[in-house]
Amino acid sequence: MQPISSSDNEPLSILGGYCPIPLPHQEKIVLGHGSGGKLTHDLIHSIFQTRLGNSVLNSGNDGAVLPSIGKDDEIIVSVDSHVVTPLFFPGGDIGKLAISGTVNDIAVMGAIPKYISAGFIIEEGFQTETLGQIIDSMAATAKEANILVVAGDTKVVEKGKCDGLYITTSGIGVRQNNLLIGGQFVKPGDDIILSGSIGDHGMAVLQARGELGFESKITSDVAPLNGMIQMALNAGKNDQGNAIHAMRDPTRGGVATTLSEIAQQSKTGIVINEKSIPVSEIVQSICEMLGFDPLYVANEGKCLFFVSPQKTETVLEAIRNHDYGKDAQVIGKVVADNPGKVLLKTILGSTHLLEMLSGEMLPRIC
Amino acid sequence: MDKTLLSGFRDADLIQTRVNEIKKIITRPWVIMEICGGQTHAIMKYGLEQILPSEVEFIHGPGCPVCVTSLELVDKAVQIASQPNVIFTSYGDMLRVPGSSQDLFAVRANGGDVRVVYSPLDAVKIAINNPEKEVVFFAIGFETTAPANAMAVLQAHALGLNNFSILVSHVCVPPAMRAILSSPSNRVQAFLAAGHVCAVMGYWEYPPIAAEFHIPIVVTGFEPLDIIEGVYRTIVQLEKGEHKVENAYSRVVTFEGNRAAQAVIKQVFEICDRKWRGIGTIPASGWKLKQEWAKYDADNRFDVKAINPLESPLCIAGQILQGMKKPFECPAFGTICTPENPLGATMVSSEGACAAYYQYSLNR
Repeated sequence: MQPISSSDNEPLSILGGYCPIPLPHQEKIVLGHGSGGKLTHDLIHSIFQTRLGNSVLNSGNDGAVLPSIGKDDEIIVSVDSHVVTPLFFPGGDIGKLAISGTVNDIAVMGAIPKYISAGFIIEEGFQTETLGQIIDSMAATAKEANILVVAGDTKVVEKGKCDGLYITTSGIGVRQNNLLIGGQFVKPGDDIILSGSIGDHGMAVLQARGELGFESKITSDVAPLNGMIQMALNAGKNDQGNAIHAMRDPTRGGVATTLSEIAQQSKTGIVINEKSIPVSEIVQSICEMLGFDPLYVANEGKCLFFVSPQKTETVLEAIRNHDYGKDAQVIGKVVADNPGKVLLKTILGSTHLLEMLSGEMLPRIC
Repeated sequence: MDKTLLSGFRDADLIQTRVNEIKKIITRPWVIMEICGGQTHAIMKYGLEQILPSEVEFIHGPGCPVCVTSLELVDKAVQIASQPNVIFTSYGDMLRVPGSSQDLFAVRANGGDVRVVYSPLDAVKIAINNPEKEVVFFAIGFETTAPANAMAVLQAHALGLNNFSILVSHVCVPPAMRAILSSPSNRVQAFLAAGHVCAVMGYWEYPPIAAEFHIPIVVTGFEPLDIIEGVYRTIVQLEKGEHKVENAYSRVVTFEGNRAAQAVIKQVFEICDRKWRGIGTIPASGWKLKQEWAKYDADNRFDVKAINPLESPLCIAGQILQGMKKPFECPAFGTICTPENPLGATMVSSEGACAAYYQYSLNR
């Protein structure tokens, strides 16, 4: 480094040395960014407020003040932590995932997602530019989902204490009073609609880790689904409230695990048809190779709908009219037999049990 | 992979046609053993027993590498993986297999560096990148995984690596078939031989077994149509009283097998007696590293304390692996023994018979 000098190239110090100015930490996150002091404020302003800012977030208080909701509405709250490796994968990144995951958890409750708060745990040495890209992605997803990020927190931990970046998001949504939507309201006779092909997110992330030794063009399906869900809810309106009795996004554990949860929660049986489950060719092929079953692979942009049969066609059409639901299919039915169990009708017409995923999904040996 | 190729082997009409032909010719009950756990899972997953005539009984063979790896070796792996300077690498399936006191997942939770790899060559890469650590690969499996494991040793040698070794537990199919057929309680009347094993080894080892024990052996694949075809061919032979070796997986398997792979195996491994979990020691049923490769043998490299393996007294995995009992005949099945809390390896692996019944069967 050259000594700092005056305009006519004379050294500033009469002793011949110079006083080193502290380097501005702009390229990498340092522990000081989590100190609560000036660096923290700079980071919040330059990275977060410029991208996610709105009048509530920018107010600068310890808590966000939100407008009151009407007396006919209920509040739905959800929280989700995101620890994906790698942070960027085909089709998305941890920022898009953090917003979509929480938006979807609220939307499947039949609510309209409104506000999100986000907590960031950042590893010392993390590239500031990369953080900016991730927050850009959060901002774009928040805009698409029509929600505001109203509160945030940043902590920096020593190098090695976390894997780059963890994001926790908590969301608030509002729902019309007495809308009976939830796993416990699923009834025998309900049709089950799946909004599109399965397994894309899990396989895209696995692929992005670069451990498989081959490449493919799988992209994650991560997306905020509240738009599509709202269209389905509008189509499902009936005298009893809504023909949609439950919705759920089959994330970790995949469709099989989510259906198992619903069967246990509603004390009903579920029968699905292998033939009608949409799986892309590439996901199917890679799963075959690794010994995975796509029914157990994670999705981040799919939704299962449990619909009273009188409205199945109308709701299915509404879902298919949305970009995220164009490949939607009726995949099965809720039945009274075998309560708490999920059965798969195979392509051969035989039937077998679909268990919940047990522990980690592990690739087979040969 | 070509989806049309794959879906052809899952075509309901083709499969039903073959099933109808089996129904036409079958006159009495027959007991068929599918050797490979991958075939067991396909049978359960596609519900093949539901569409086949009731005269066909499958008993499930020992071809699950995770299931037959001896408890001593699992305990040894746990001890080595627990050492501070070690990166222990393994196929994922092996991590959940219960040892006497803990599994490799528990070692990892206690701070051990245990990593899942997809190939032993990935373990070699880890050894290159971590010269200050001892990198051990858990080299388990049948003839299918042996060539890649042998290649890993050759590659480590070519690279001059001094920090790479493998913990070997290789097992071979033909001696196990002989052991099953020689047992006084044997019920097996025909074998579906394991397609992937034969892809490597060919099926030149089988004619003497078929001749000696008067038993039909059909090399069979893993798709539902493959398995139905294998069953059809064994039933044709059984009904005619024949005992030939046939290849119903000719799109993958040749009589000689993969000669290059066999040569690599021969270069690195030699035949040894091997203890099979739940079954016992079968003479000349395994492979170990040849003396010249002893430096890559984790068994020599690590001073492992005396091991007193302790199986759960309730687990009947041995009888299941030999086809003497069905998983649901075990009182622990699905009650105290589940994939979350397995008493034996057959409840763990994606190829284990108990895991297949637990996952797919309503009869529990």
